[in-house]
Amino acid sequence: MQSIQEIQNEIIDEFSMFEDWEERYQYMIDLGKELPLIQSQYKTEDNIIKGCQSKVWVHAEMNEDKIAFTADSDAIITKGIIAILIRVFSNQHPKDIIDANTDFIDKIGLKEHLSPTRANGLVSMIKQLKMYAIAYQTQLN
Amino acid sequence: MVYFDNAATSQTPQQVIDVIVDYYTNYNANIHRGVHTLSQEATDKYEQARQTIQRHFNAKYVHEVIFTSGTTHSINLVANGFSALLEKGDEIIVSALEHHSNIVPWQMLCERTGAILKVIPMNQHGELEMDAYDALLSENTKLVFVNHISNALGTINPIKHIIDNAHQIGAAVLIDGAQACPHIKPDLQDLNVDFYVASAHKICGPTGVGILYGKEEWLNKLPPYQGGGEMIAEVTFEKTTYAGLPHKFEAGTPNICGGIAFGAALNYMNAIGFEAIADYENELLDYGTEKLSEIEGLKIYGTSKNKTSVISFNLEGIHPYDVGSILDKLGIAVRTGHHCAQPIMNYFNIPGTVRASFAFYNTKTEIDTLVEGVRKAKMMLS
Repeated sequence: MQSIQEIQNEIIDEFSMFEDWEERYQYMIDLGKELPLIQSQYKTEDNIIKGCQSKVWVHAEMNEDKIAFTADSDAIITKGIIAILIRVFSNQHPKDIIDANTDFIDKIGLKEHLSPTRANGLVSMIKQLKMYAIAYQTQLN
Repeated sequence: MVYFDNAATSQTPQQVIDVIVDYYTNYNANIHRGVHTLSQEATDKYEQARQTIQRHFNAKYVHEVIFTSGTTHSINLVANGFSALLEKGDEIIVSALEHHSNIVPWQMLCERTGAILKVIPMNQHGELEMDAYDALLSENTKLVFVNHISNALGTINPIKHIIDNAHQIGAAVLIDGAQACPHIKPDLQDLNVDFYVASAHKICGPTGVGILYGKEEWLNKLPPYQGGGEMIAEVTFEKTTYAGLPHKFEAGTPNICGGIAFGAALNYMNAIGFEAIADYENELLDYGTEKLSEIEGLKIYGTSKNKTSVISFNLEGIHPYDVGSILDKLGIAVRTGHHCAQPIMNYFNIPGTVRASFAFYNTKTEIDTLVEGVRKAKMMLS
């Protein structure tokens, strides 16, 4: 299993091949266009994170000692970023999720989307992922 | 870069910046209290600004102009004052086109007093239904609150009709002029409005300052909003007597520099002339509407014939956040989201819009850049 850090490094490598913002964004958009990331029964009011701009849904499940996340958004660029965050954080141990940082987002040139002023639900989504990790970690203890 | 977020805040001209620098460089002092020359000079400039504002809006008396921190503060001041005047079962009418800052204070007021909030509906063009408004008016109506121009759609509301008909049944009217004042020079005596509110930062002035205009008789009826220095005549531990207008509502040290710069901004705008501004902005609006409408799948929200230079739109099947993100990368500043007007977005059943708002300093070439940007966003996101 790859560690969170290894996955982040891999993503940074992938993004370093893009020459400009347009290529980066096109990649994000293509990621976002892939199949819905969350099963429709989990796209509920309870799982919604409301941003002023776009909405995000997050669902978490514990498989043995790892958390599997699924998520979705109504905006495609937000969804593309979610796809990357899921790749980094899903199927990891709760403790590793709690300890992980998200600095790699800066390094791949998508920092502006994680600014609280964007109000796109992403900042709250990361917080939510960590909250799930803390909750599941408590269960494991 | 292209700046098309003028409905959120306008850019500040050098003439206004110079006034701000001059204040802090040459005569920064607290006003109204000091016997020293510097304080006197600052007080004179601040009070001259109040007179400039009075003349601009054609208020009857200078003391009917209250300096506030902006439109939201002004609205809250009136809403708070009315909590002493309303009784259970009284009715307040607001419009379906309101900004959240125009809905929430009235909801809070209704919770406090037991008054009931009624809403004037709008049609698919984003225009208020005046027949429905007239039907809402009754002897229970105590206050009507409508914006002069909608921030989300740009619709110019028929406020003369709204004011006159409210007055026939004895209700007071508060008009939110935040979006109107960059485009229109309102004559408050002619409108015969009871309260009118505006912010400086949308009219080429600085942030953090605005006005509440109120008819003298109404301002005398409302209790003070905040306690503090400046708003008192005499204080003992037993009793405080309040200062007269306008100071009764201006507790504490005000935004002195902001008030003076607000006056300078109005002088700047008047030197250009509001007719010339409106003519040019209408030209930009027509041009932008025509060019954007040529894009297949683009829908404009707010299609009233009476609107200002605001174009709110979406691309079919594409989220406004995505369009805004691409435009930002292209150096074009627009606003995306629900524009603090969720009821309007719910009416159209959309999560939000992309809003381009033009000011007199924008150009057709910049609109061409926007149109090109929207086409590119559509290509990338489709």
